[in-house]
Amino acid sequence: MLTVTNLSVAYGAIKAVNGISFEIPRGAIVTLIGGNGAGKTTTLQTISGLIRPTAGTIRFNDEDITRLAPHKIVARGLCQVPEGRMVFSNLSVAENLALGSYLHRDPEGVEHTRDYVFGIFPRLKERIKQTAGTLSGGEQQMLAIGRALMSRPAFLMLDEPSLGIAPRLVTTIFEKIVEINREQGITILLVEQNAHLALEISSHAYVFETGQIAVSGPSGDLRDDPRLKAAYLGG
Amino acid sequence: MPRQHAALLASLVAAVAVTAFGGALNAYHLDVAMNVGIAIILAVSLNLVNGHTGQFSLGHAGFMAVGAYIASACTLRLGPALASASSPVLAQHSLFLGALLLGGLVAAVAGFLIGLPSLRLKGDYLALITLGFAEIIRVIFQNTPALGGAIGLNGMPPLTTFAWTYGWVALTVFTVSCLINSTYGRGFLAVRDNEIAASAAGLNPTRYKIVAFTLGAFFAGIAGGLFAHLKLAIDPRGFDFFRSVEIVVMVILGGMGNTLGVIVAATLLTLLPEVLRPVAEYRMVIYAALLIGLMLVRPQGLFNVRLGKSRI
Repeated sequence: MLTVTNLSVAYGAIKAVNGISFEIPRGAIVTLIGGNGAGKTTTLQTISGLIRPTAGTIRFNDEDITRLAPHKIVARGLCQVPEGRMVFSNLSVAENLALGSYLHRDPEGVEHTRDYVFGIFPRLKERIKQTAGTLSGGEQQMLAIGRALMSRPAFLMLDEPSLGIAPRLVTTIFEKIVEINREQGITILLVEQNAHLALEISSHAYVFETGQIAVSGPSGDLRDDPRLKAAYLGG
Repeated sequence: MPRQHAALLASLVAAVAVTAFGGALNAYHLDVAMNVGIAIILAVSLNLVNGHTGQFSLGHAGFMAVGAYIASACTLRLGPALASASSPVLAQHSLFLGALLLGGLVAAVAGFLIGLPSLRLKGDYLALITLGFAEIIRVIFQNTPALGGAIGLNGMPPLTTFAWTYGWVALTVFTVSCLINSTYGRGFLAVRDNEIAASAAGLNPTRYKIVAFTLGAFFAGIAGGLFAHLKLAIDPRGFDFFRSVEIVVMVILGGMGNTLGVIVAATLLTLLPEVLRPVAEYRMVIYAALLIGLMLVRPQGLFNVRLGKSRI
């Protein structure tokens, strides 16, 4: 469904991602793991169109999306939940969700998607009128995922959904990610530092190290791989 | 009829009614009231850019100048020819409406052209480049002999009435608040809150910024046209950096992105120098002290409510 070929990204003279290639099949949960500064977030943002690559191509559903503007990529069904719970903090929960369905102008369909989001995250329904900035970290993450679901994506990219969230909520959010994947058939690309959890829910994993893919393979195999521990610890 | 449309209609009727019975008001009060109206148009339109969309522009006086000069040039050139019309008053005011709209449109085009390259910049850089563009506009007028050069234009017909001023006030407030409370308009707030998240939600932030900039410039141009036909003489110095700052202060004091607060602040800041007239030379000192005081007491702006209920 998504094919990344020889992708390189640089911030000025500093190369953040250096010639990586990977492929994500439809309906899968695939994870990118690795330490800080390994290039995971850069890769996601380049796929979303927020950063321009220096080389390489990104193909989504057999279409070259390498140089498309971010909003056009979202319109094709590829949606990112940005890192650090980027919600519209001065707007209400309802307004945040409404902005997620920006590309859809059918009131019934939007209503239906919203009910689905409230089904997954009942907490959002309870706080519907509350300003997003006053939600807890976990609730903001739920809102960010909910907002992305409102765009009815076929492919969802999540950037560190466990970052800075109470451990109990992390488990809930990961369960919901699996649920979204199973019930809606949404393909998921998950970037995580919490390698243990990410390997548990994904079918395939790529381990990033200084802008390159150090190890890759089925998640089950990688869980016990000594090389993963080495790569992840930066050794 | 939706509440907002009813409010717009009521304001328009009230504006015409006050003009009809305007003879009862003394000329000075009427003049101050119209100054207040023009300040409200400027502040509410700048608020769309600086407040709602979060793009700090310091160039509003430049767009005001475009509107003022274009509208004045129209009425000065075409006005005398209409003196022999069968209904001179009606003809003059029709011409005035056309002149105002043309001034607004040319200002909007200027806003669009300036917005296109400069909105790639953020924060301080955007503020500086808008300031630079406004100065360029001013210097162009200053060096165009056809538009009076440094002397400016004068002898415009006194066409700005209470009805024209407050009609446009109503239209500006109506347009901005309806826009902000619409599904499309919530995008402006989204761009202000978080541009990356806005992109990720499928919005095109650049487009929103340009729409805000262009629409803001249009209403600034209208305000310029009204200003020119109220003062009857304009010169480039009247549209300098300090004019822009004055409008920015109204927006900040009123509360960024708060239409009601900005209206009150524009009113207060226009009335204050008038009220302080009796203390003569200490006037601006007290004005400045009050400004500093207000910023210390209410840094978030005078009010903290949104005008018009959100529909969801």
